[in-house]
Amino acid sequence: MKIKTALLASALTTAAAVAQAQEVTVMSWGGAYTKSQVEAYHKPFTAETGIKIVSVDADNPATPIKAQVEAGNVTIDVADVEFSDAVRLCDEGLLEEIDVSILPAAPDGTPAEDDFIEGALQDCAVANIVWSTVFAYNTENVSSAPASIADFFDTTKIPGKRGLRKSAKATLEMALMADGVPAAEVYDILDTEEGVDRAFAVLDKIKDDIVWWEAGAQPPQLLADGEVVMSTAYNGRIFNAAVAESQPLEVVWDGQILDFDLFVVPKGAPNKEAALDFIAYSTDTQRLADQASWISYGPARKSSGSLVGLFSDGKTEMAPHMPTAEANLGNALVNNFEFWVDKDTELNERFNAWLAN
Amino acid sequence: MSDATLSQATAVNEPSAGLTTADGKPLKQALLRAQSHARRRAFLLVAPLLAFILLTFVMPIGQMLHRSVHNEGFTWHEDVTTGHRTPIMTNLSQWFDDNPLGTEPDEAAFAALAADLVVLREVKAAGQAGTRINYERSGSRSMFTKAARRANKLEAPYKEALLELDEDWVDPSLWRVMRDASSSYTANFYLAALDRTKDADGKVTQVNENRQVYVKLFKRTLFLSIIITLLTLILAYPIAHLLATLPLGKSNLLMILVLLPFWTSLLVRTTSWMVLLQSQGVVNDALVGMGLLGDENRLEMMYNQMGTLIAMTHILLPFMVLPLYSVMRPINPSYVRAARSLGATSWTAFRRIYFPQTVPGIGAGALLVFILAVGYYITPALVGGADGQLISNLIAFHMQKSLNWSLAAALAALLLGGILILYWLYDRLVGIDNLKLG
Repeated sequence: MKIKTALLASALTTAAAVAQAQEVTVMSWGGAYTKSQVEAYHKPFTAETGIKIVSVDADNPATPIKAQVEAGNVTIDVADVEFSDAVRLCDEGLLEEIDVSILPAAPDGTPAEDDFIEGALQDCAVANIVWSTVFAYNTENVSSAPASIADFFDTTKIPGKRGLRKSAKATLEMALMADGVPAAEVYDILDTEEGVDRAFAVLDKIKDDIVWWEAGAQPPQLLADGEVVMSTAYNGRIFNAAVAESQPLEVVWDGQILDFDLFVVPKGAPNKEAALDFIAYSTDTQRLADQASWISYGPARKSSGSLVGLFSDGKTEMAPHMPTAEANLGNALVNNFEFWVDKDTELNERFNAWLAN
Repeated sequence: MSDATLSQATAVNEPSAGLTTADGKPLKQALLRAQSHARRRAFLLVAPLLAFILLTFVMPIGQMLHRSVHNEGFTWHEDVTTGHRTPIMTNLSQWFDDNPLGTEPDEAAFAALAADLVVLREVKAAGQAGTRINYERSGSRSMFTKAARRANKLEAPYKEALLELDEDWVDPSLWRVMRDASSSYTANFYLAALDRTKDADGKVTQVNENRQVYVKLFKRTLFLSIIITLLTLILAYPIAHLLATLPLGKSNLLMILVLLPFWTSLLVRTTSWMVLLQSQGVVNDALVGMGLLGDENRLEMMYNQMGTLIAMTHILLPFMVLPLYSVMRPINPSYVRAARSLGATSWTAFRRIYFPQTVPGIGAGALLVFILAVGYYITPALVGGADGQLISNLIAFHMQKSLNWSLAAALAALLLGGILILYWLYDRLVGIDNLKLG
């Protein structure tokens, strides 16, 4: 009898605790990137507020949002998405608007509006990092080290398979840059039919040598396995494989494409208030700087820049590995989100048709 | 006793009153009541299954078919949180009703458009409306979002005001798409699913050659599925025969080997094939190690059609073995022995005696494997590379990435229709009663 009562009592208290304990479900890209967010955002947030973070991964967290919102069954509170997806989903009314005033000011008092890099604050989204699509190679498998984006598309100069993200975005831009188009003109040229033809013509030359990847964790794996000799990749993934896992991988910054990753809240998120608290907390100056010590993505706040120091191994200087480092910006392209919001359907249809032929 | 004999009996015995039960009620009524009671009970017994099938099968498929011809992107806006629905583009839709196809958009048309843009701005539906138009005419989306943002500042003459924002606003193909989209019901998604579109005059034409993909993929899906079905049949027939003729103890052991992969997760099996087939994988390493292949000439068995073929054949093999086994097991071996003793060669005995008895199993297995193969998705996505993709991968693309659910629904409906036609053909040629699933 006593045992029964005790059991009942403990069951009741557990139930009460569950009812009280709040949770926020955060969907991100998995692998080393999710790990950096868990270390820099989730753990300190839970320690400070007691709100538990459930971390979920997807190849691209933007994809489940429409299905969930339209079905009226939203399980994600915060999603980490790319720029063009943030704008597109916001336009379609699938995201909650985020009031800039909830974001804390920089330590020196600069308001958030001025502290974030230009474009990092959108109606429905707050950027946390600047990342880039680069290409990387396995130093043990290439006949000679590639130096420029043109080498990536030249299989006679450096033979071997190439890894590319299975998507028109970034692939077409890189193809044009490899064909000698200056970064500043890429989107103007890609906006014309001839420009698109030109990009596909470049891709045609290496089509039989391409291995397509979809999840960000794949390229370091493909490179390490020797399945490809070079691959496009999210720069942070290569950094982590090279530095934390000592893989013989090297990044080539020529022709890199910079983009934001932004936090968004799907419409009808079950824990909206806590989700906004989480976003405000994780995008403050210190948290963004902390994140940069776990993976080589640049913080979206100017005030975080000076706080970025060493990698979590305690000896690697982070600054030269950032996509925004002066030395890496020689031939860099900034992703034009408006172009992709508009042309995503058309170019991906063409891309799919090209793949199938 | 049928009603006819009943009434006859009544007529013979008592011409004025019908037969009655013990408690004096007419027998006919009592019987009817008992029968309807039994029917009701039978219905109640199957009701849970019926409800389940309606809810999880018929309704979703019905919804999907509906979505393939119905899209409200340009006609209604629904607030996700409140569920409140607002009609949009009403003025423009009125203008389309008043003016037939081919009418040059006049100032009234642009005024209607401008008035609708104000509504779009108010209910924040510009992205939604633009997306709907963008499905059929690329680059339209930002025209809508841009124009809606400035909708309040638009002033007459509206044509000039809109042209100042974007000169594409007079494009006849844009107006054709808007006209089609201003009605919620459209067959345009089926056109798109067949690589076709309408030109500015509303005539159906093929899309540009470098955009044609769906018809090609339908054909490839059909072709690969047939090859996979044949491969599984060739591989499964001897296995099933061996299983059916071995003594039960041994055949049970072998049966476990057939079923073991069946119990393993699909993803695990597919990724195991990746480990085996990749160019630095087990098979290639073994061949190079034995000196059969040079290190430079490693076989490409993955990220192409070959990968899809190998992995899918393996994964679908049990679906062929099991129906074959179930028809072969009860075949009496004395038939073949009798044929042999009457002078038939072993080939003739097989062809005339054994094989015909296994046809129901072949039919069942082939139908199962084929239908599963046609809708396969994960395996080709993982090992198919560029040219091993099937139509289901594009359906997934439109479901998850481009978010054009109407097109995904139209593609899925075409696939479903294709399978139903094949099923009908099968019924006509082989007969569905001849099917033995186990």
